[in-house]
Amino acid sequence: MAEPRRLSSLADEPAHVAAVEAGIVMRQAPLHAMVTLRGNAGDPVFLSGVREITGCDIPTDPCRAAMTTDHAVLWMGPDEWLVVAPPEAGTDLRQRLRDRLGDDRTAVVDVGDALAIISVGGPRARDLLAKGCTLDLHPRTFRPGHCANTLLAKAQVTLHQVDAAPTFSVFVSRSFAVYLWRWMLDAGLEYGVQVLQD
Amino acid sequence: MFLIECPWCGPRDETEFSYGGEAHIARPVGGGHDMTNAEWGHYVFHRTNPKGLHRERWVHSHGCRRWFNVVRDTVSHEFLLIYKPGEKPDLPALPKSPEPPDGPGR
Repeated sequence: MAEPRRLSSLADEPAHVAAVEAGIVMRQAPLHAMVTLRGNAGDPVFLSGVREITGCDIPTDPCRAAMTTDHAVLWMGPDEWLVVAPPEAGTDLRQRLRDRLGDDRTAVVDVGDALAIISVGGPRARDLLAKGCTLDLHPRTFRPGHCANTLLAKAQVTLHQVDAAPTFSVFVSRSFAVYLWRWMLDAGLEYGVQVLQD
Repeated sequence: MFLIECPWCGPRDETEFSYGGEAHIARPVGGGHDMTNAEWGHYVFHRTNPKGLHRERWVHSHGCRRWFNVVRDTVSHEFLLIYKPGEKPDLPALPKSPEPPDGPGR
């Protein structure tokens, strides 16, 4: 007869508990090239120029964004847009737009160093944003391709819903970025936050 | 706290807006070089300050940053009309609401 073994009272408990799926996925977006563009949406030369450089049809409806795989044009006002291009476009983006559009009826300003982009997604992303934002982000009113300038935790931001996951890009002044990042980490704590590194 | 209908962005929270004073105050024609001090004082400082309908300017400062005009009832704080710059629609009929009872300071 085998010698009885001493066993821990917890010996049958599994050694690992499956990680709870994070409700929030946050990522610091790379340093995109960004340009504030002002011009006349009724001017066909302006529209075709922007399409040529970005591949996007300028959104003339309020709070809409146009996207290609690498460019985005966000409505900021009736005569103002934010053009976002991949990091490698650099300051070249402003120059290319200015060369194409001229500067007597348009304004092209490089804001790539002024803004940071925080990407926030995951099944609870809307719940997190709703904690600090008065905008109705329910999919019946805010969908992929929508964008809005609004306040998030009292910081002025531009929200852009990128896909239906949902994933949002949050554009914020770089001086507010650390504050907002930490606010989001804290607000997302109850849902579980996964921070992706590039 | 209430919703204000930005002529471009649609209904947004009051916190996104700033108040800009009375609307439709025309600048002095030709720079006002021959205006008297009294006339300047009137232009700069005098406002109608009505009890009731008031045309005033608001700006969607944390949204599209555009100015627009509203007609607000200064008694009920109700926004009755919202219109873009360059427009000036007639004043709407004042909705019939019971006069609030007189209280201290009124």
